[in-house]
Amino acid sequence: MSFLELKNLNARVGPLPILRDVSLQVAPGEVRALVGESGAGKSMIGKAILGTLPDAIRITGGEILLEGEDLQAMSPKARRRLIGAKVALIPQDPLTALNPARRVGPQICDRLVDILGWGRREAEARVIELLHEVHIPAPERVMRAYPHELSGGMRQRILIASAFAAEPQLIIADEPTTALDVTVQKQILRLIRDMQARHGTALLFVTHDLGVVSKLCQSMTVLFGGKVLEDTSVDQFFSAPDHAYSAALLAATPKYTDPGGSLMPVPEATIHAVEAEIAAHDLAHQIETVRQ
Amino acid sequence: MTLIRIILKRLLSMSITLIGVAVIVFFIIRIVPGNPIAMMLPPGAGEEDIARLKALYGFDKTLPEQFLIWVRGILGGDFGTSITSRQPVMSLVLGRLPATLELSIMALVMAVMIGGTLALIGTRQRGGKAEALIDVTNGVSLSVPDFLWGLLFILLFGVLWPVFHISGRVSPALDLPFVTNFYLFESLLRLRFDIWLDLVSHMFMPALALAIPLAAIIAQLLKQSLKETMHLDYATLARTKGYSENHVILREALPNAILPTLTLVGVQFTFLIGGTVIIERLFSYEGLGNMAIDAVINRDLPLIQGIVILFAVIFTTVNLLVDLTYALLNPRLRHG
Amino acid sequence: MADGRAAAKRPINPRLWLSGGWLLILVVAALAAPLLAPQDPLAQDLFASRLPPMWQGGSEPGFPLGTDSLGRDVLSRVLYGARIALLVALVAGSCTCALGAVLGLIAGYYRGWADVVISRLIEIWMAFPPVLFAILLIAVMGTGLTSIIVAIVVIDWTRFARVIRAEAMTQGAMDYVASAKVAGRGRFGIMIREILPNVLPTIVVLLTLEMGIAVIVEAILSFVNLSISTDDPTWGSMIAEGRAAIHHSWWVLVVPLITLFLTVLSFSQLGEGLKDHFDPVLR
Repeated sequence: MSFLELKNLNARVGPLPILRDVSLQVAPGEVRALVGESGAGKSMIGKAILGTLPDAIRITGGEILLEGEDLQAMSPKARRRLIGAKVALIPQDPLTALNPARRVGPQICDRLVDILGWGRREAEARVIELLHEVHIPAPERVMRAYPHELSGGMRQRILIASAFAAEPQLIIADEPTTALDVTVQKQILRLIRDMQARHGTALLFVTHDLGVVSKLCQSMTVLFGGKVLEDTSVDQFFSAPDHAYSAALLAATPKYTDPGGSLMPVPEATIHAVEAEIAAHDLAHQIETVRQ
Repeated sequence: MTLIRIILKRLLSMSITLIGVAVIVFFIIRIVPGNPIAMMLPPGAGEEDIARLKALYGFDKTLPEQFLIWVRGILGGDFGTSITSRQPVMSLVLGRLPATLELSIMALVMAVMIGGTLALIGTRQRGGKAEALIDVTNGVSLSVPDFLWGLLFILLFGVLWPVFHISGRVSPALDLPFVTNFYLFESLLRLRFDIWLDLVSHMFMPALALAIPLAAIIAQLLKQSLKETMHLDYATLARTKGYSENHVILREALPNAILPTLTLVGVQFTFLIGGTVIIERLFSYEGLGNMAIDAVINRDLPLIQGIVILFAVIFTTVNLLVDLTYALLNPRLRHG
Repeated sequence: MADGRAAAKRPINPRLWLSGGWLLILVVAALAAPLLAPQDPLAQDLFASRLPPMWQGGSEPGFPLGTDSLGRDVLSRVLYGARIALLVALVAGSCTCALGAVLGLIAGYYRGWADVVISRLIEIWMAFPPVLFAILLIAVMGTGLTSIIVAIVVIDWTRFARVIRAEAMTQGAMDYVASAKVAGRGRFGIMIREILPNVLPTIVVLLTLEMGIAVIVEAILSFVNLSISTDDPTWGSMIAEGRAAIHHSWWVLVVPLITLFLTVLSFSQLGEGLKDHFDPVLR
């Protein structure tokens, strides 16, 4: 059974659809990429699972199942606790994701202590161990530091350690490298891959970078306009993409085997075709609603 | 390093300001028409009596000379002698200072408690009816000054529903065992809760009148600051860790939201202390402000000078303390 | 242009209506006080002292809101008091505004030594308790309308200077000022033609607030018996009488208190309302 399953998830801002019948599954230990251009709704899926959608966005249909339990049917408190214990987030921008007024140590330990009920010492020992794992020198000193005393790469390592600290079953990584320097990006990606392999955690990796996907992930979901266009294995995608948009996207990305290759835009005709497909889907959805 | 530099810079600026205040108050009150000495004289006093008294208070010297003598006195802790009571200004003023300080601090505590609570409730209920209600209340509280709140309270809780005392600092019938003038504080130390309650029942309304405008400012600023912080990534991250909204507000947002509020509250607190002058008059509360108004009416020049300087010292010290607290609370400055 | 039209089309805020309405009533009351007042505001009648307002037993016709301990008609005194209050609001408010805004503009735009001096003066002024300062000035200058107005201007100019200085500094750093400089306009010209129009909304808002403050300061000075003269019908002196007689004739306090409350609230709500109204044009 899959650990996480989305069934026909729909979300809107006012009348505007943000997610259109999104369905996807993540099995225990699976590394799945969620790929799309900006505005494709990939980050919204992560937020919908975590329950941190902006107030303006409403979920209008579908289910979010975690180990078979529908999150939306749960009380807000139970849902929060369940997410807190089983799912973790590696945020996009490490500069704003650590509280500037609090020391780093307590920020990593607090979930273990407050939500999972560990002892303070036990939690600290565990976090120091994890900081070693993410290659942070002198973890004891870092734990007493304030975020502004640390570099962006350091902070992202800390956030990764923090995500793995509670041994969650799923980690959602929301473009975790876009805010970092190119040189640091590679280290952080390698670190996420190593940590995932060591802990066997399922990973939902939100990104627009196909190069990263090919190196890190096993399966992938391609999104456009809040709709799933293709749900496939990474090998399959890179050898024979199913959807025309996927093929165009792949053609548009320089081959990682050929770093000098130039970037090509996705042809407009393809975009129009996908938009037409989505319009047709919306129409079908409306007819369905009216009929009911 | 940074902290010491901040302190030195502020101390320098403080002393320039205090010198300015001293110059202004000294020369303003010497333009006063009418001879302050005249009021002290018994009917039928002769020219030589006048000359003797003038010499006693130094009024026979030129203005610059008088100023220098006065400033030299202040630096040596001598503020001169009150004309009306013929006692040293220093001891008169220090005798009244505790009453005013207790009133101001009580008002500050009330303002922080009321304003802080409203800000937290408003943040928790943001976008809802409770927040709209808080906003309207804030608007009215901000617009109406302490003087009018004081009068309103006198009417409501002194006359219509008399639950509090409307004048004085403490009931005259009470036998006070105190050695200091910090009655409120000392009554607690001595476990004399009967006197403490009497003091509070006298102080409650003037303190609340002073507190309301500041409470509204705190509620407004802190709420705005909290709401901004609640949108930031670390607040979102804390939610995904399983924390409740209340917890995120209190532990993640509040420490960051307090700093921007603090600086403004510092300035506003000096306004609050300035407000004690009229509020003490209104409630016949025996503090510095009440004494100051009497001193002006009686043309007691040395006393006026002393009180104004003391107020200026309090104001600049409050500003200094706020800056220091800001530096201490801000991790960026502390480890800069 | 589009912004200006949008602002003009926006419905006027209800609080602008309410506060403006009350102030209009007050202006009419002040102008028509001799026609509206049932009695001479100064006439004492010890046989008619402490008469309650008309809805209470024991009242007398001709004294709708009762009388004070000297038998003076409360309604007439409040009406005539409006004249003094509004006069002080208008004159003291505008003079304070003019002085503070000019000093603020100079400090904020010219910077340099002018800014050093003005900022230091502001700092010194902030170290004075304002009410005590005002009382001191009245004691020096003697009571009277002019003294009150001068005292308000002297104590409160910093309120404008502080805000306008900060605004002028922000505006001075904007690109349009740089381009005006490039276009060859002089410093004074830029201050008047470029900076002033942009800080004008702020000045207007502060001015309405200051009018409310002026009314309060006058009331406070009357309250400590240092305003115009003890006889003149000012709201502050009525409040002082009412405070003294609070246990036997509460209406002497209540009527001027409510009037003062609504007036101060209206001035500041008018200011806030104007601020909202100006906002889309500003930003």
